[in-house]
Amino acid sequence: MITHVVAKSLRQHALSTWVTAVSIAMATGLLLAVWAVKDQSLRAFSNVTGGFDAVFGPRGSELNLVLFGVFHMDKAPGTLPWADYEALQRDRRNIKAAVPIVVGDNFKNFRIVGTSADYFSVEYQRGRSLTLAQGRHFAAGAQEAVLGSFVASRLGLRVGDVFAPYHGLEYDPSQKHEAEYLVVGILRPSNTPADHVLWIPLLGAQNMPGHRAEAATDISAVLLQFNSAVQGPVFADQVNKGTRDKTVAMIAPTVTRFFQRFEWLRVVLGAMAALVALVGAGGILASLYNTMNERRRELAILRALGARRSTVFGAMVMEAAAISALGALGGFGVYALCASAAAHYLRQHTGVVIDPWETSAVFVVAPAAVVVAGAAAGLLPAFKAYQTDVAENLAPHS
Amino acid sequence: MPLLEIRNLVKTYQAPEGTPHTVLDLPQFHLDAQAEVALSGESGSGKTTLLHCIAGILAPESGAISLAGHSLTSATEADRDRLRARHVGYIFQTFNLLQGYTCLENVLLAMAFGRGTDAPFAQTLLGRVGLGDKLHHLPRQLSVGQQQRVAVARALANRPQLVLADEPTGNLDAANAGSALALIREMCVENHAALLLVSHDAAVLGAFSDRRDLGTINRAVARPEGGPL
Repeated sequence: MITHVVAKSLRQHALSTWVTAVSIAMATGLLLAVWAVKDQSLRAFSNVTGGFDAVFGPRGSELNLVLFGVFHMDKAPGTLPWADYEALQRDRRNIKAAVPIVVGDNFKNFRIVGTSADYFSVEYQRGRSLTLAQGRHFAAGAQEAVLGSFVASRLGLRVGDVFAPYHGLEYDPSQKHEAEYLVVGILRPSNTPADHVLWIPLLGAQNMPGHRAEAATDISAVLLQFNSAVQGPVFADQVNKGTRDKTVAMIAPTVTRFFQRFEWLRVVLGAMAALVALVGAGGILASLYNTMNERRRELAILRALGARRSTVFGAMVMEAAAISALGALGGFGVYALCASAAAHYLRQHTGVVIDPWETSAVFVVAPAAVVVAGAAAGLLPAFKAYQTDVAENLAPHS
Repeated sequence: MPLLEIRNLVKTYQAPEGTPHTVLDLPQFHLDAQAEVALSGESGSGKTTLLHCIAGILAPESGAISLAGHSLTSATEADRDRLRARHVGYIFQTFNLLQGYTCLENVLLAMAFGRGTDAPFAQTLLGRVGLGDKLHHLPRQLSVGQQQRVAVARALANRPQLVLADEPTGNLDAANAGSALALIREMCVENHAALLLVSHDAAVLGAFSDRRDLGTINRAVARPEGGPL
């Protein structure tokens, strides 16, 4: 029956209930988004290594190497001589696989990457490698291209179509190359950055008309797979400390460090969300407290009918908790909107796919904390209800 | 053994200026099971205070109240709440219906705090007071007389042994007052409940054979304030 009393009261004070619940929903949604999206992004980005352990490139920032080599998002810091790639290939003791890449051109803002056929045979996740949905792989040395699924659908390119690359990593119509490439294959969606790339043979990228002739054998970077997990950091350390013009960036640790840079943002957003939650809890306190005058008679009637002080106290706390719970529930809706927008943005711009509903402790902890805070906000009004003098509020006296 | 027995009941209020003001000083009062008593008294003679003490809403400073074999004065507040819910039905002058609740819900709520909800009996009670077709009406959708009838049905919701009625006809016109009084008395008889009715209306009081004047039996009214007890 106490739940019935609470439900009635919520309905009787519908406007303040909804206004307060909505503010709590915003706070809960923000709280969930801040934690869950960050954690899931970190996990997703850390998993998107293309199956490689490290990027070997010219001396520069490790983050820059990972961003351009794995996520196709940044500029290459320079070039490497072909001899470096050959040396890596010979290092069978440490290196299981070495795949060269060359960047420098785009087609309508989608990056064109030159590589060898080996790139497609590496498993980007356990048991999964890039496979063709249509057509075949390009032939080494031919002016042929295999497109990532996202690029193909976004640009409406099909097998048999022809396109001409543009020089540079950003689309500039005046920078069109004369060479034309024939689309010979389209990859299946992999939910990795590879979906956003137009893949061409290494020689095609190296010898693109308009590129420096003396750099025709240079490459942008080499993606590495080590024989064992312990070899990677040791090898990276040797290169990074032992050479002046080379850098090895371990992909997963670099991504983690990158996300750690934004820890302050999480703290700020988390603090903001906590503040909004506090305001919401304050709203509960204010809305219940302000209606105490009109509720006193009702509480006195309940008491006169036999309700105990503890019953009316509990009803008020439960009402506060119910408003918070409504807000927390609504918070999942707000989170769904925020997280879907974030997931869409990430997919559009990086090809990385996050699952906003992947199991996370924050989905339990945050709503529970919000409900507890709301219930705590109901303690003061509940205490006022507890103190309600029945006789005084059952006027008139005769 | 009487249903209600009161001995040496004293209830004092704190006046605004801080001095104690005794409103009730009742040496003795009793009511038998299924009896029907009208209590008269001027305004301010402590009628409502007495009913509140009997219902366990107020705790007296001293004295003893025994209801249905239970001592109200030695019971804790929670026990008094329980006793009130189970043994006492209260009809207020201003009805005190919960405005957000339908007629049926008002009766069911009273049951919830007492012997547990019994929807068929709640509907029977409301049917008996002539509101069988208005079970789901809110109090504001009813006339004043109809609201009073809901209050009567609610007072009998827990099959109480004692019904307290505080100026139950005070807000009704003469025609409605007569029928409301008759209904209260009939319902108490039908449900084997004793009735202690407070009124200062001579017409109402005249309908009762057992009438007691609080102005006479309450020593706090009978003697001048501050006089010897």
